[in-house]
Amino acid sequence: MTNAKLKPESILIKGGHVIDPAAKINAPMDVLLREGRVAEIAPPNKVRGGADEKFDARGLIVAPGFIDLHVHLREPGQSYKETIATGTAAAAAGGFTSVCTMPNTAPIVDTAEWVAWLRHPDRGAVVNVFPIAAATRLSRGASLTDFAELQRAGAVAVTDDGKPILEDEVMRAALRLGAELNLPVVQHAEDTRLTEGCSMHEGPTSFRLGLRGISAAAEASIVDRDVNLAQQIRESRLHVAHLSTSDALKAVRRGKRAKARVTCEVTPHHFTLLDEDVGEYNTNFKMNPPLRAASDREAILVALADGTVDAIATDHAPHASQEKEVEFERAAFGITGLETALALAITKLHRDHKIPLSRIVELFTAGPARVFDLRGRGSLARGNFADVTIFDAKKRWTFEAAKSRSLSRNTPFDGWQFTGKVVATIVGGKIVHRAD
Amino acid sequence: MNNSARGSLLGIEHMEGKEILALLQLARRMSPLKARPLLRNKRVALLFYEASTRTRSSFEIAAKSLGAITTLLQSSGSSIEKGESLLDTGYTLRALGADAIVIRHPCAGAPHLMAKHLDIPIINAGDGMHEHPSQALLDAFTILKSKKTFKGLQVSIIGDIYHSRVARSACHLLTKFGVKITLCGPPELVPEVAATLAPGLRVSRHPEEALRGADVIMLLRVQKERLAGQKIRLQDYIAHYQMTAARLKLAKRDAIVMHPGPIIRGLELTPEVADGPQSVIVDEVHNGVPTRMAILAWALGKAK
Repeated sequence: MTNAKLKPESILIKGGHVIDPAAKINAPMDVLLREGRVAEIAPPNKVRGGADEKFDARGLIVAPGFIDLHVHLREPGQSYKETIATGTAAAAAGGFTSVCTMPNTAPIVDTAEWVAWLRHPDRGAVVNVFPIAAATRLSRGASLTDFAELQRAGAVAVTDDGKPILEDEVMRAALRLGAELNLPVVQHAEDTRLTEGCSMHEGPTSFRLGLRGISAAAEASIVDRDVNLAQQIRESRLHVAHLSTSDALKAVRRGKRAKARVTCEVTPHHFTLLDEDVGEYNTNFKMNPPLRAASDREAILVALADGTVDAIATDHAPHASQEKEVEFERAAFGITGLETALALAITKLHRDHKIPLSRIVELFTAGPARVFDLRGRGSLARGNFADVTIFDAKKRWTFEAAKSRSLSRNTPFDGWQFTGKVVATIVGGKIVHRAD
Repeated sequence: MNNSARGSLLGIEHMEGKEILALLQLARRMSPLKARPLLRNKRVALLFYEASTRTRSSFEIAAKSLGAITTLLQSSGSSIEKGESLLDTGYTLRALGADAIVIRHPCAGAPHLMAKHLDIPIINAGDGMHEHPSQALLDAFTILKSKKTFKGLQVSIIGDIYHSRVARSACHLLTKFGVKITLCGPPELVPEVAATLAPGLRVSRHPEEALRGADVIMLLRVQKERLAGQKIRLQDYIAHYQMTAARLKLAKRDAIVMHPGPIIRGLELTPEVADGPQSVIVDEVHNGVPTRMAILAWALGKAK
């Protein structure tokens, strides 16, 4: 680094309240970061080492750096929607120090070369980027990619996200190979044979709007099948992406009770919004899986609180205005989410539903770190990477899409008033975001 | 009504009963035979992304009967074929001086998108499976001509409700006046969720049950072009649901038979019923012109 001298080698985060569920810490603590690692964590004023810089964290929560298991940064190939530089800037603003990128780019990330390309410093990432590679060649759902080579190149999981691995035999083979390599297989659970031409959740709202509906069963049937396979295949690791329905949760619970290695993530929009919020064809409420019924959201809130859900993931999916300002049925699926995730979690889960802050922090840190085995992350234990998220759990603010760091503006939360704001994001001991 | 300030007619759902009655009143004073140049020098663009016989020609005749200039733009033979977006097409028509746009589109909500971005009235002439408000208004006009009042009426809508924008608009309109409606057809075409559309709706699988005591029978075409992946055996449909002279006898003696067209003789109804004394199918087409004259005059603020 040419500017190494301008950056402090060490930072002392003083006066904050540390919440680190993995280390079972929920107390006032000072944290010393040195040379990219956590050097010391101790009660107030008990840190012995000196620091080049002090960060005054009085009144703030100091947490392990947040990890997002599910983002679309659109490179390679779709840099008009987002780039790794802009997407990771948005991640930093949202308190994420690590993001896991989905392979459904142009081309599909199905080779070790593309995995290495994503991780190259020239991409300009300001947070850690962990690529998830395609599970099948060109994500066509037919023949598996070279999991071992992709893993060696740095892939943390495999998936055909954007679409499912539909064939039983292909999914079985993927879980088997994943089991051999201890590599999670991430499933976008949607029986696409049932969802052709569909653009929102199937229910009274889709009927009223005259839109073909994506049934809850289209998700649950795939999760059910996958959990069965995960139970049959020893040591296989199944991760259910963006879980959205009550029935899919039942299948995940069944797998967890049977001690299968089944994990799942939930998005902020699914624990916040409902299908009826689509209003009069607002395409910023169109995503896949779609916003669901009140009973699904209720089940998700319970599962977030009781530990069934392993992680909150954004499914950050930026799109250009020409892909969204079109007929609802023709509009692209997906919304941005990196900058609003923590605020939604605090506002909806903590303030409205009384889920403790420590559980919310777990869903952003220790939970996702376990899902993909991100060693040295998800906790502020001494010796871990110096990835830290500092936030004000009481700060009230208004999100303005126009000020987003993302290249795209497709968010349903423009103008929303939130409680809870990221104050600073530290990656590898360097402050990459600081609130104005 | 949504966007009532600008005179858009996007759907029946959000209209108030008194607005509907006012439009129907206005329609009664309209006639293509009595030229009323209420819209002289106004330009009405007819933007049709889907095939249409009745709706397109009756909007055109309605506009011309009021003295307006019309221009027809269809997806084939225009820049739409070259990939021009819906909004850009709208901006182009606006720049050409359109004072109102009548739009038919295969996607639900297409008129809403136009209305959100353009500052002229948008009139929905049918959007996907969503709504067809001018059809519902002309059907209400037709019902009132025959039955004088909506009070106490029982209506049966038989056929492909799921794919039907006509059915959705009719349900919204008639239930605003307390009309009881039975939706009848097989589960693939009449899912249970259909009953949640408006108050006073129920679903029946048996035409015999649906027809008993009915004052109005609305038949719908089985929309083969929208049957994405659904398997309906037409022979079964005909056996169970086709409107025959024998089935028609189950309804009230003075019941009227309606159909928005196009009718497929021998499928949803027999020729005998289509041409029989209780059929008002041709009247519906006829009533389309005064109703659409009223809609255009009202949309452009010339409702006198």
